[in-house]
Amino acid sequence: MTTFVLIHSVLLAILIATAVAITRMRALYGATMLAALFSLVTACLFVLLDAVDVAFTEAAVGVGISTVLLLGGLALTRSREAVTPRRRRLPGAVVVLLTGGVLAYAALDLPEFGSADSPVQRHPITETYLHESQKDIGIPNTVTSVLASYRGLDTLGELVVVFTAGLAVLSLLGPLARPEQVRPPADFHLADYRVIRVVTGTLMPLILLFALYVLFHGDYGPGGGFQAGVIFASGFVLYGLVFGLDKAQQVVPRAALWLLISLGLLVYVGLGLTTMLLGGSFLDYDVLDPDHPASGQHLGILVVETAIGVTVASVMTAIFFSFAARGVSR
Amino acid sequence: MIATHYVYWAFFALMLIGLYVVISHGNLLKKLIGLSLFQVGVFLFYISLGKRYGGSASIISEDVRAYSHPLPQVLILTAIVVGVATLAVGLALAVRIFEAYGTVEEDEITDDDSTGPDGADSDSTGAKGTGSLHKTDRHGSGS
Amino acid sequence: MTQLPVLQVTIPLACAPLCVLVRSRTAAWLVFLAAALFSLTCAALLTEQVADDGPVRYRMGGWPVPAGIEFVVGDFSTPILLLVSLSAAAAAVYGHRSVAAEMDARRSTLLYACLCLTLAGLLGLTVTGDVFNAFVFLEISSLATYTLIAMGRRRRALLAAFRYLVIGSVGAVFVLIGIGLAYAVTGTLNMADLAQRLSDSGGNRAVQAAVVFVFVGLAIKMALFPLHAWLPAAYAEAPSVVSTFIAAASTKVAIYVLCRFAFTVFGASLVFHSMPGDRIGLLLAAVAMLVASAAACLQNDLRYLLAWSSIAQIGYIMAGVALATTAGLSAAYLHIMAHAVTKAALFGTAGLLLIRLGSVQLSALAGIGRRMPWTFAAFVVAGLGLIGVPPTAGFVSKWALVAALVERDQWLVLGALLASSLLAVFYVGRVVEIAWFREPPEGAEPVRPATSMVAAVWFLALLSLYFGIDPTLPDRLADAAASALLGTGGG
Repeated sequence: MTTFVLIHSVLLAILIATAVAITRMRALYGATMLAALFSLVTACLFVLLDAVDVAFTEAAVGVGISTVLLLGGLALTRSREAVTPRRRRLPGAVVVLLTGGVLAYAALDLPEFGSADSPVQRHPITETYLHESQKDIGIPNTVTSVLASYRGLDTLGELVVVFTAGLAVLSLLGPLARPEQVRPPADFHLADYRVIRVVTGTLMPLILLFALYVLFHGDYGPGGGFQAGVIFASGFVLYGLVFGLDKAQQVVPRAALWLLISLGLLVYVGLGLTTMLLGGSFLDYDVLDPDHPASGQHLGILVVETAIGVTVASVMTAIFFSFAARGVSR
Repeated sequence: MIATHYVYWAFFALMLIGLYVVISHGNLLKKLIGLSLFQVGVFLFYISLGKRYGGSASIISEDVRAYSHPLPQVLILTAIVVGVATLAVGLALAVRIFEAYGTVEEDEITDDDSTGPDGADSDSTGAKGTGSLHKTDRHGSGS
Repeated sequence: MTQLPVLQVTIPLACAPLCVLVRSRTAAWLVFLAAALFSLTCAALLTEQVADDGPVRYRMGGWPVPAGIEFVVGDFSTPILLLVSLSAAAAAVYGHRSVAAEMDARRSTLLYACLCLTLAGLLGLTVTGDVFNAFVFLEISSLATYTLIAMGRRRRALLAAFRYLVIGSVGAVFVLIGIGLAYAVTGTLNMADLAQRLSDSGGNRAVQAAVVFVFVGLAIKMALFPLHAWLPAAYAEAPSVVSTFIAAASTKVAIYVLCRFAFTVFGASLVFHSMPGDRIGLLLAAVAMLVASAAACLQNDLRYLLAWSSIAQIGYIMAGVALATTAGLSAAYLHIMAHAVTKAALFGTAGLLLIRLGSVQLSALAGIGRRMPWTFAAFVVAGLGLIGVPPTAGFVSKWALVAALVERDQWLVLGALLASSLLAVFYVGRVVEIAWFREPPEGAEPVRPATSMVAAVWFLALLSLYFGIDPTLPDRLADAAASALLGTGGG
C-alpha cells in the first residue's frame, strides 16, 4: 500500500508537471510531444488503478492516433502559438475558480479512495459483473463482457461516434472537399533509406498479426476490437509514412475504405436486429444458440468485437489518409 | 482527508488546467490539446472510483481474491473513443479554418471576419448563384 | 414485449451507413426520408401505447436492470419523440431541393448520413433510461451536428462549427463529471435506480455538485443564457435544411433531458427545494428573454435574427420548467412543441429566400413579399406564432405560461415575458415591413421557388395554426407529460 501511494504520487506529480508545461509551451510540436508523454504516464496510472484495458486504449489512442493526428494538423497549419493576450486570462481564471470550487465542495463527500466499502463496490451489480457473468457469459475478462454484452448499446454508440468522426473528416478534408487535384511533387521518400524500408517491411506483418491477436484474445486478457482496430490502422499509417500515400492507397483503395467503414456498423446493428428476429431483445446474444446461452454470448461478443475492429481500423486509416493527402495537394 | 482523497484533488487539478487552456488560449489547436487534458482528468477520476486497494485487474482467475470494478473502465473506454473522435473532427475543422482564413488564432480570425470582405468559403462547391459577397455584413455572433 | 422503442432509434442509425453506401443524392435522400417517416410511425404508435398502458420499458440484451441498459418511453418522452421525428420528416421533404441547390451531389450523401445520425442520437437521448447512455447519444447527435454545420457554404460556418465543437464538448464533459459524481455516491447509472438511491441524500455535497455539473453542461447544450454564445452563428451559417431541423429539435431535446434529470433522477425536492434551482432558473430565463430579444432587434441578417429569437424562446421554456409546477411544466412542453414548429417554418422560409436572393441580409429582402407572396405569407403566419398572436400555437403556449406564472406570483418574470413579446413584435414587424412595403429593386422578376420546399414550410405554418385553433392534442400530451414528470420524481 505504501509503495502504491508512493508510485502513484510520483506519477501524479509528473502528470501535473507535464500538463503545466504543455500549457506554457508555445511551440506546438513540443506541446504535442509532451501531450504524448502525458498520455503515456496516464496509461501507467491506469495500470496502477487496475484498468488494463483502458491503459491499453489510452496508449494506443493518446500516444498513437492523437499524436499522429495532431502532427498532421500542425503540418497543415501553423506550429507556433501566438502570445496569449492578458485580457484572455480573466474569463478562463473565473471559470476555473468556479468549477474548482464546485469540485472541491463535491470532494468533501466523495467516498474514500480505494475503499472496499464504497457505494460503487457495494452495489449489487458488482456481484453481477464479477461473478454471475462467469455463469451467464463465461469469459474471464469482465471488462469485455460488460462492454460487449451488458452495455452493448453504449459500445454501439461508441462505434457510431467513430463512424461520425470518419464522415466528418472525409467531408471536411476528403477528396470531396478538395478544390483541385494537385499531383504530389517527386519528393523524397523515407523508403529511400534501406534500414527504414526493411524494418517497416518486417514489422508490417507482425503489427497486423498482433492486431488480430489483440482482437481475438480480448475475451481472456486486455484487448478487444477497438484496440485491435487502432493497431491495424497504425500498421497502414506506418506503411503510408514510409512508402508514400500512393502506395498505401494501392494496398487499401478508397472505395474499399468507404465500404469497410459502413460495413462494421451495419454488422453490429444487423446483429442486434437478428437477435430481435430470433425472438430476443436487441443485442440479446443468448438467442443465437438457445441451447447453450453462454456459447451464444461468445459468438455475439466475437461478432461485435470484429465489427468494431473493422470500422475503427478503416475510419482511422481514412482519417490519416485525409490529413496526409491534404498535405500533398497544397 | 488528505490521505484518503489526495487522488481526487490531483485529478481535479488536471481537469482545471485543461479547462483553463480551452477557455484562455486563442490558438485553435492548443484549445483542442487543452480539451484532451480536461477529458483525461475526468477519465482518471472515473477509473479511481472503481479502484479497490489490494484489488487486481478485473480479469477473473483462480488465485485472485479482490477485483477492481469493471464498470468505470468500460465507461472510460467509450469516453476515450469519443474524445479522440472529437479531436479528429476538431483538427479537421482547424485545418479548413486555416485554409479559409490563413490563421488558427481565434482573435485574428474574428478581426478578419469583422473587417475583411466576407467571401464565400473558397472550398464550397456547387451553390449556384448563392455565393454573393456582403461587404458591410455586421455579423451577430455572441462573442 | 414490444420492440418499438429500440427500432425507433436503431433504424435511423442503420440508415446512416446506407446513405454513405448508396452514393447517389436522391437515393440517400430517400433513405433519410424513410428513416424519418419510420421513426414518426414508431413515435405515433408508442404515444398510443403509452397513453393506454402506461410507460414502456425495454431491456437491452435481455439483461436485468441496472446491470444492463434500459429504454423507458413514458408520457414525458412521447411528445419529444413525436416532435423530433416530425421535424425530421418535414426537414426531409424540405431538404430534397434545398440540398440540391446548396451542395454538390457527393457531399450530399454525407449530409443525409449525418442527418440520420443526428435524428438517431436525439431519439436515443429521449428514450434512454441510463445516464451514461444518455451521454453517448448526446455525443452522437452533437458530433453529427458539428459536421452538418461545417457544411455551410460560407467560411464562417467552419468557425461556427469549431466554436460549437469546443463549447459543446466542454458541456458534454461537464455532464460526464456530474454523472461521475452521482455514480460515485450511488454506484449505479440507471435513472430509476439512481432516483431511488438519491432520494434520501439531500444533504450530500457530492450530489449537489453533480446537479450543478449536469445542469451547467445541459445549459450549454440548450443555449440557455449566458451559455448561448455558440448558437447564433451555428444556426445562421448551417445549410438551410440543417438549421430547419436542429432549430426545431436539438435544443428542445436538451431541455427535455434537463427535465428528465431534474424530476426523475435527482428529484424536484433536491433541485428546487434544497438547492435554489427554481430561483436561478427563473432569473436566467427572464434575462434570456430580454437580452436575446433585444439582440434579435439589432441583427441585420434574417437568419441571425431568428437564431437570437431562439435563445429568447429557450428562456420562455426554461421559465416554465423552473416553476416546477404541473401548470409550468405543461406550459413548457406546449411551448417546446409550438416553438419547434414555428421556428422550423421560419428557418425554412429563410432558406427559400437565401436560395433565391443569395443573401438574407434584411436590406436584400426589400419587396420580396410581393415577389414571392406564398413563401412570405408562410413567414408571416409563423412570425405571428413567434410573437404569440391568436390563433397560433404560440399564443396557446404563451397563454399557458402566463397563467402558470400568475399562479406562482412571478410578476417580474411575467413582465420580462411581456417585454420580450413586444420586442418580438418589433423584430418580426421590421422584417415584414421591409419585405412588403419597400420597393423591390428594378427589373426583378417574380420567382417561383421549389414546390416541395414551400409545401414543407406551409405544412409547418398550418400546423402552428391548427394547434392554435384546436389545441386538444398538444394540451393532452403536455398535461400527461407534466404529471408524469412530477409523479415519478424523488420527492
